[in-house]
Amino acid sequence: MAEASAKLADAMRAFGLLCWAWTRAAWQYPASLLLLTVGQALATTLDVLAIVVIFANTDELGGFSAAEVLFLYATTSTSFAIADTLMGTVERLGRHVRSGAFDVMLLRPVSALVQVAADTFSPRRLGKLVPALAALALSLNLLDTQWTAGRILMVPVMVICGTLIYCGIWVLGASYQFVAADAAEAMNVTTYGGNYVTQYPLTVFSSEWVRALTWVVPLAFVNWYPALYVFGRPDPHGYPAGMQFASPIAAVLALVAASFAWRAGVRHYRSTGS
Amino acid sequence: MGLYTMVAWRSLRRHATYRAATVAGAFTNTIFGFIRAYILIALWTQRPQIGGYDVTAAVTFCFLGQSLIAAVGAFLPTVSAELSERIRNGDIAIDLFRPADFQGWWLSHELGRATHALVFRGLPPLLIGALFFDLTWPSGWRVVAVVLSVALAIVVSFGLRYLVTLTAFWLLDDAGPASIAMLAGTFLSGLLIPLVLLPGWLGTVARSTPWAATIQSPSDIWLGVYGGAGVLAVLGLQALWAVVLLLTGRRLTERARRRVVVQGG
Repeated sequence: MAEASAKLADAMRAFGLLCWAWTRAAWQYPASLLLLTVGQALATTLDVLAIVVIFANTDELGGFSAAEVLFLYATTSTSFAIADTLMGTVERLGRHVRSGAFDVMLLRPVSALVQVAADTFSPRRLGKLVPALAALALSLNLLDTQWTAGRILMVPVMVICGTLIYCGIWVLGASYQFVAADAAEAMNVTTYGGNYVTQYPLTVFSSEWVRALTWVVPLAFVNWYPALYVFGRPDPHGYPAGMQFASPIAAVLALVAASFAWRAGVRHYRSTGS
Repeated sequence: MGLYTMVAWRSLRRHATYRAATVAGAFTNTIFGFIRAYILIALWTQRPQIGGYDVTAAVTFCFLGQSLIAAVGAFLPTVSAELSERIRNGDIAIDLFRPADFQGWWLSHELGRATHALVFRGLPPLLIGALFFDLTWPSGWRVVAVVLSVALAIVVSFGLRYLVTLTAFWLLDDAGPASIAMLAGTFLSGLLIPLVLLPGWLGTVARSTPWAATIQSPSDIWLGVYGGAGVLAVLGLQALWAVVLLLTGRRLTERARRRVVVQGG
């Protein structure tokens, strides 16, 4: 146990050092870094703009109010922004495999996952957090719900669980690239697509989609089920109320699955040669 | 075969090599199409008519956008990552020496890429979308108008992205301008939400931008939103943008050429 935690501390330290090195590298082009950070912030703002435009045309969507949809947007986007900053670059694994850079990573005395995750780390990704947190503050103000201690506590819990679920999905997507390096774009369906789908109430989608987002890719646990608890609403699809507290379980399962997939991927990895 | 046809053909062949990437891209565009379609259906359930679109038009619009993403390079804010890298590391000096028109070379390259993208990345989302949702299809002279409009959309998109790429001659790293251009593109092209949802003058302004000429314009012609004169006006505006952007690109190329300093021998 002590050994495992020492290993974890080492990995975290290496991750921090690598991220800092990449941050200094990004700073070599300050104008570009600044524009990129603003760009990331605006990109996330565009999604809010879409929601604003939709609610300029209607009072409710799928039976949910503007404040509720804003809350869904804010929670999933906060989780997504943090996970993207920490793990987002693992989606480039296919490139490292193709160029042979992954061979070099395996030789270094630092976990390959840490290296891939920290590769070209850029603080610009945190730009996404700004509109997400602003929307969160606004939606908490607008929400018409009875704020009990449980509901207040649920907000940080769902953001943390959501972050872990997204991290798990990113690593799963990267592991899939060990098998299909060229088809990397397909994983965007679960990462960026996941962020998009969870910005809206799941009542908008067909019941097959809700089932898939619950049992196959556990994106519904990022915000949908815990949000129903915060709103104090019964589940529109008739799932039991216990689901609304199951996000931590989904997060653990996502991480366990990701860890197995990554190890299996590394074990079966075959270099492209020189 | 002329030089530029050759460049276009080779570019098409090159992009046709990455079959797995093409399938993955088409799959991704299709799934996003479904997500967008469900959101639009929920909105149109509340308001059955918005800006002249009924629910079928809205869903068709959504899948048309997904089909055009790759062809008009909606998520490729520069002409090619390879070109940006060559400007940054100085290899561009060799390209500028070549006995071919620089802009013409890359336009041909883009036309080859876009042709491949239109067929192999464009058809799957539209056809799969048609299996699951009710879509409308153009007929008669409108088919010709759609073809023209899509061709113009591809040229306008190249014109925009060429300008973004050239900023690298001044900034070295074009990632900043590229990310801003991509945002403008995502929103003003109508990709994120149909521009008919924008009220009054906002909608009019958005529809007049060169980005709208890349997705909103060909889709509106497909949907039959305009009569004969309206279609001509839309095509005219697209053509105007194509000419303005290409000419600006030419002038900027000359200025960039003078900025290049070749170090050493």
